[in-house]
Amino acid sequence: MGTLVEEILSRRAGRTVQAGEIVLLDVDYMMSHDNTTPLAIKAFREIGKPIKDPGKIVIHFDHAYPAPNLLAAENQQKIVRFIQAEGITHFYKRGVCHQVMIEEGFVRPGGVVIGADSHTVTYGALGCFSTGLGSSEIGAAWVTGKTWFKVPETIFVRLEGEARPGVFSKDVMLHLAGMLGMDGATYKSLEFGGSYIAHLPMHERIVFSNMSVELGAKCGLIAPDEVTEAYLMQETKASPPLESLEPIHPRYERVIELDVSSLEPLVACHPDVDQVRPLREVEGLPIDQVYIGTCTNARYEDLAMAASILKGRQVHPFTRVLVTPASQTVYEKALANGLIEVFLQAGCTVNAPGCGACIGRHGGILAPGRSHL
Amino acid sequence: MGRAWKFGDNLNTDEIMPARYNITIDEKELASKVFCEVRPDYAPNVRAGDVIIGGWNFGCGSSREHAPVAIRGSGAACVIAPSFARIFFRNAINIGLPILECPEAVEGIEDGDEVEVNLEEGLIFNRSKGTRFQARPLPAFVLKIVQAGGLVKFLREHDIEELTE
Repeated sequence: MGTLVEEILSRRAGRTVQAGEIVLLDVDYMMSHDNTTPLAIKAFREIGKPIKDPGKIVIHFDHAYPAPNLLAAENQQKIVRFIQAEGITHFYKRGVCHQVMIEEGFVRPGGVVIGADSHTVTYGALGCFSTGLGSSEIGAAWVTGKTWFKVPETIFVRLEGEARPGVFSKDVMLHLAGMLGMDGATYKSLEFGGSYIAHLPMHERIVFSNMSVELGAKCGLIAPDEVTEAYLMQETKASPPLESLEPIHPRYERVIELDVSSLEPLVACHPDVDQVRPLREVEGLPIDQVYIGTCTNARYEDLAMAASILKGRQVHPFTRVLVTPASQTVYEKALANGLIEVFLQAGCTVNAPGCGACIGRHGGILAPGRSHL
Repeated sequence: MGRAWKFGDNLNTDEIMPARYNITIDEKELASKVFCEVRPDYAPNVRAGDVIIGGWNFGCGSSREHAPVAIRGSGAACVIAPSFARIFFRNAINIGLPILECPEAVEGIEDGDEVEVNLEEGLIFNRSKGTRFQARPLPAFVLKIVQAGGLVKFLREHDIEELTE
């Protein structure tokens, strides 16, 4: 009974829970990466108790991989030693943690996954309750297998209509960010539905859940349907049977209705994600760097779209275009279908899959005052 | 009692603790860089017991725990803001950095004011102006974590089930 988040957390709790209640729940997986694992290990050691189930721990190297400096290399070596000592088998160096979590089958409808990364909310697109926590909580969950949640109120976003050509889910989400602001959904669950979502392919749905945290949300959920099932079965290692899930007599704190057919391509401008302007207003500005990557938009379909624009053209000599596929799997598919060749011929630099330049630590650092898209 | 250091709205964790310095987990080293871009005078001048006065949505952005750890390492006794970003709120509690939500106090305290905080009762005193504010109380189980000095210290002595008892 209830909203999607209430339904998922009720099933896990084994009783009906409602917004406002605090619940202590078993989690399916605890995710962390090279940036957040060291503090989790520190917390784990300070607690001084054994790991409950190493099979629930998933560790990725993606934030600064391959290590760009000595300190990062030493940190990663320490994590590797920890992984070996504790018998942790889910260890990946295949790209951005969130994409790999989905591809490797850790994400499924009705699941509960926590991660030491704010964009852990991404898995909500597949009907999985997932949220970002700090490293210490992840280290604590290694020991307890559990974590506490306050069941959030839900804002339902009903999206109707057909988007104009050139308008994608990222534009719709940016419009919502501009509308609600960076704290417009703080502590809340965002639930996305309506005919626009129903017809949307998974790589575009993921954008809504992924960016929910940009509005402060605890999770961003989409009810699983046939699109979800087909994606999980064809594109990931998730195995059947999949749980079916839908909101049942939900009580929403607020309902936002939006007809997407009126929207145009948008850009979020420095310094904040809610500083949204129509693309036409910034058109013509010189750009020093273009980054085609991130956990929001570096899946195969995104790269295919970028390649269709770049094919047969040349990047401006004073602009740096970086292409960082979300994962090795995405990279392989892009390579097999000739996308990488298009990027290279256009004068782009193709980087190893991972978080890359997005966190500003390696793989395309900008000088102060430079413009970046 | 300590000096108030005031910050603006939507201060994100990258502004609190820039990503390029997060390659260490040493608390003192992190503290030496905390707020280094938005407020370079903070780290060299902060004293133990000083109080951070944040704006709306304090600590938004990435989940990095380095941000509250760096604030704690700098000696700050407490962060007071009208509202916190969700993960920062959890992180601060879990590492034992006291935080209080109180829009009125943030409005009534200026940078440099002398501020005193009574955490148990959620009372905030502005000694420079002789005013007093009541913060929203923390939920009981959250208080248990804060009183233990953070989740790690709590779990050393207790089982997690005791949190919700």
